[in-house]
Amino acid sequence: MADVELDDRPEGEQHPDPLEIPALAPGAMAESRPFPASEAHNTALGFPGELVENWQERAIDKMGELLTKYRSLKVYLDSCVKCGACTDKCHYFLGTGDPKNMPVARQDLFRKVYRRYFTLTGKLFPTLVGAEDLTKDVLDDWYSYFHQCSQCRRCSVFCPYGIDTAEISMAAREIMDSIGVGQKYCNEIIGKVHKIGNNLGLPQPALESTLEDLTEEIEEDTGVTVRFPLDEEGADILLITPSADFFAEPHIDGLIGYAKVFHEAGASWTLSSYASEAANFGMFIGSYEQMRLVARRIRKAALDLGVKRIVVGECGHAYRVAYSFWNTLAGPWDFLDPNYPVPMHICEYTHDLIQKGKLKFDKSQNDHMTLTLHDSCNIARASRMGDTPGGQFEIPRAVIKAVCNNFIDMAVDTIREQTFCCGGGGGLLSDEIIDIRVKGAQPRMRALREVVEEHGVTHMAAICAICKAQFTKVLPEYGFERDTVVSVHQLVSNAIILTPPEDDGAKDDESGDDDAREVLEPRALPADAGAEGEIRDE
Amino acid sequence: MAYELNGNSYDHDEEGYLTDLSKWNSELAELIAEDEKIAMTDEHWEVVNFLREYYDEYQIAPAIRVLVKAMKKKFGPEKGSNKYLYELFPYGPAKQACKIAGLPKPTGCV
Repeated sequence: MADVELDDRPEGEQHPDPLEIPALAPGAMAESRPFPASEAHNTALGFPGELVENWQERAIDKMGELLTKYRSLKVYLDSCVKCGACTDKCHYFLGTGDPKNMPVARQDLFRKVYRRYFTLTGKLFPTLVGAEDLTKDVLDDWYSYFHQCSQCRRCSVFCPYGIDTAEISMAAREIMDSIGVGQKYCNEIIGKVHKIGNNLGLPQPALESTLEDLTEEIEEDTGVTVRFPLDEEGADILLITPSADFFAEPHIDGLIGYAKVFHEAGASWTLSSYASEAANFGMFIGSYEQMRLVARRIRKAALDLGVKRIVVGECGHAYRVAYSFWNTLAGPWDFLDPNYPVPMHICEYTHDLIQKGKLKFDKSQNDHMTLTLHDSCNIARASRMGDTPGGQFEIPRAVIKAVCNNFIDMAVDTIREQTFCCGGGGGLLSDEIIDIRVKGAQPRMRALREVVEEHGVTHMAAICAICKAQFTKVLPEYGFERDTVVSVHQLVSNAIILTPPEDDGAKDDESGDDDAREVLEPRALPADAGAEGEIRDE
Repeated sequence: MAYELNGNSYDHDEEGYLTDLSKWNSELAELIAEDEKIAMTDEHWEVVNFLREYYDEYQIAPAIRVLVKAMKKKFGPEKGSNKYLYELFPYGPAKQACKIAGLPKPTGCV
């Protein structure tokens, strides 16, 4: 196991390399398993309550179904040439040394079963082609190691064939759910979305009260009334954000930032208590049907409220689902204003306003910090922002630089398209598997350590609720303060200059008339809207 | 999986959260806290009682920010900080204090 001994290094020694290849530790993480879903959690989603009697037969049938449905899955299973390019690319391998956390080995857990039942050579000469029966031991291995993949796609960046382990993990989880082997964290949460509207289980009155509290707080701080409209019919913009933004720190500071931006833009916006969740854990469990049900809540809320645009808050996989799958899952979105992208990321929204000079900042409010940015994996490798390639990297940085004087990037091979997962993505943000979470965070923590010691970085911004919660938990394990992680819009919130109420007579000339309302010109849609390897359907 | 107290048995989930919230009582809270290696003081009770009041009204635990603000208002500025709450409940005020208060675990990206 790669130990975390940052402070035990002899003085003058190099910083531990975030990409250092660990000594192999076979089986080290075999016992790392999330809690299984209870019967009630499984059946609420239409899955069998517990392991079905003829599970092997049903699992193989399901695999056959998925192979027909998703051609990509079959291509990934057939095309691996065992070149080894992926072996040292997974943060969970780097952090644990367990060879089954090498992406190719993880794929092989699936591939060997595929070969046994779906290829001629595997049926006739299983041992020659590494084909294996789906036994209970294999199923147990699946449960352990497909819950040690955060579906972050880092390995796929390095695979010469573009094999996407994330899709294989999703398929494995879908097969397991179909035979009654669900994971508690994801399935319980999806059930809450169906029932209450969000992952947290936050009912409408609690949401309303929390939002009122925030308005009060901003008023006390700044003297300006910044509203958090809820369920307001006829608003132009529906904001869909992770429910963690209503609950946790530093998430809620980001939410305050969004509201201040909308306020300064003079935008007409609203949250929805029916669709009070951006996250879509249906993706984590590979279930098209669950993903569709969750996405359709957002469509319904947008239609019921009569909004013209949808903006997505700081949530990595939510934006991935929105960007890559919303059209198929819940489209067409022809009732929205075609002059704006569907979806629009909150960073894109803020960036546009900055470009147009609609927001004013006092950057010195962030002078006590030196920032770096953790590119959230789902944003980095499964979506895009703006209308130029790489916008998902440039726009969040541009927003940070517009509101902060001090910004330093981490090592180039740990950011942008090569960024690491925070270690808690893909449905792994659960307390009982804190061990794999801490170890999986090691590469990012080492990259952070380097810029902290070399460049005086004090804080790391993120644009994903999972990243924020995961880092808050694991940072102390690496000798950092919990609040080293901040929301990007928290920085915006700190620096933005709010316009005092009109009756103060303090408005400047420019916005003296009634056009304080947002007057964004529509902008061109990206010509090539497809994220790498994941087609944004039209 | 159950807590045993005075000859009664109280079911809990894998992580120690009570299954039936209505069965909670203060003695049981002390027992749950003990499992969490926390010796309950008046300060702990201030938080736990607030959580229960809030839950009664809203069927969910308050946002950390709301809790901090309420503590500040009720018990003074030195008790209205995230740091103070983490000192009382090292595993995180939301999850650990909820468990002791007999409330469900906050779920999601938290």
